[in-house]
Amino acid sequence: MALSAARIGRRRAANAVFVGFCFVVTALALAALALILWSLVAQGVGGLNLKVFTMATPAAGTPGGLINAIVGSVMMCLLAMVIALTIGVLAGTWLAEYAGESRYGSMVRFLNDVLLSAPSILVGLFVYEILVAPFHGFSGFAGSVALALLAVPVITRTTEDVLKLQPTSLRESAVALGTPFWRVIRTVLWRAASSGIVTGALLAFARISGETAPLLFTALNNQFFSWNMAKPMANLPVVIFQFALTPYPDLNKLAWAGALIIAVSVLGVTIIARIVSRDSKPS
Amino acid sequence: MTDTAPEPLAPDAAEAQVRAVTPGSDNSIIQIDPAQVKIDIRNVDFFYGKGQALKSVSMSVARNAVTALIGPSGCGKSTLLRTLNRMYGLYPGHRATGEILFDGEDILGPRTNLSLLRARIGMVFQKPTPFPMSIYDNVAFGVRLYENLSRAEMSDRVEEALRKAALWDEVKDKLPTSGLGLSGGQQQRLCVARCIAVRPEVLLLDEPTSALDPISSARLEETVTQLKSDYTIVIVTHNLGQAARLSDYTGFMFLGELVEYGETGAMFTRPVTSRASDYITGRFG
Repeated sequence: MALSAARIGRRRAANAVFVGFCFVVTALALAALALILWSLVAQGVGGLNLKVFTMATPAAGTPGGLINAIVGSVMMCLLAMVIALTIGVLAGTWLAEYAGESRYGSMVRFLNDVLLSAPSILVGLFVYEILVAPFHGFSGFAGSVALALLAVPVITRTTEDVLKLQPTSLRESAVALGTPFWRVIRTVLWRAASSGIVTGALLAFARISGETAPLLFTALNNQFFSWNMAKPMANLPVVIFQFALTPYPDLNKLAWAGALIIAVSVLGVTIIARIVSRDSKPS
Repeated sequence: MTDTAPEPLAPDAAEAQVRAVTPGSDNSIIQIDPAQVKIDIRNVDFFYGKGQALKSVSMSVARNAVTALIGPSGCGKSTLLRTLNRMYGLYPGHRATGEILFDGEDILGPRTNLSLLRARIGMVFQKPTPFPMSIYDNVAFGVRLYENLSRAEMSDRVEEALRKAALWDEVKDKLPTSGLGLSGGQQQRLCVARCIAVRPEVLLLDEPTSALDPISSARLEETVTQLKSDYTIVIVTHNLGQAARLSDYTGFMFLGELVEYGETGAMFTRPVTSRASDYITGRFG
């Protein structure tokens, strides 16, 4: 039975309306993103110069850069990612491979989801209470722990999800060779899930690299260059936060430059990790 | 499938008599000469939580022969296969009772070293499951668990396994590339190679060709035929033609029971039980 021309026409029209709607909505979302990026680049590039990468944060009216904040951020983020990857990947693996539907497993899963959406300022206050107040001092370590606490639930969740996506037959065929289960996880499952785990780690990294609130209560800030993580440590988000609020145009400019640096580094790390995980992942 | 199943001989009155024999009685289950028995399954029951998947199955599997398990879906043939290497142990609530003597030793006992057992009893699954690593590493994977071979010895072992699995000529120039890049049929033969590289004594094949095209299936069948002289092979299949071509002995299962077990030739031409006869002739299943 052939379709009538009128019906085909109606379907074409409905299709066009739907596709058009999707297009407009996508364009809106992308336009917002483009606007943010544009203002970031437009305002940030002007502030970028050699001094940004060679000098520490200045007082208003004096020349200076962001090197102390960049180094502080990199160190704290790296340490936080090391802590968070260790805990998150192991916890996610336990949830996916060992916990099953046990009561304890469900509880951990639920609490992890709660932590996933916990306001970061609460995490900052929590770390303040356990690592800053008792030792009478802000420190880079405390900052790393606060950032790690924000990254752990993201990594745990994605690790569990991608491991659960691996087919049962893959586990069984490794076990059928006489492989102890811990070795199945290490040599087969993690490898099969690697690109997903990397994605989770990147999401976590992107989240913590711009976090200000948890660092205000933990790493605080430091006007001077320092490698010492046991002391207060400069970091980009807090510097941006402070400099953006000052009335001085030169400090405002540095804040824009710092924001651009964060955005570009997150983008850069994401691209590099994608390439690496694609290369190591068999075609 | 029913079109290819061989027609049993027209039943005469005497045979109709024989077919009335109840499942499990003497002439529906053959006994293998004890000297030739590799695996002796005795009164095995299997439970998934509350459900029972195997009901008092007893059969002996002959050494260096191919034994096929056939039957409709859900009859317990895969379960029986997975009991032989205790794969069910991965899942809480799954348990088997009874005895399975592997070269005289009960493998259902709590003392069994599962890793060693599974190194001696290899398994190939329905869907090809190459590991996410190179072809070479796939084959070497199991060997590395148990043996410390030099580089040269390992290369020999990998080549030997790939040759036995009839895959060597197709992959010898691309051993360092990923196993996931092979075709489905090649992946399945890679899994066979990975399995025999460990030098097991028994091969369990769980519908190994059901995800393959006819040409790949035929290749895999050739491989199985060639492996028969060195290994004891148990194969679960839905393809009756395959069971008839490959196996020396065939067991027909239904609703968790082993209904009939006999030499393949006899089973496909003169089944003793009416259930096996109906299944083989395509009247159900």
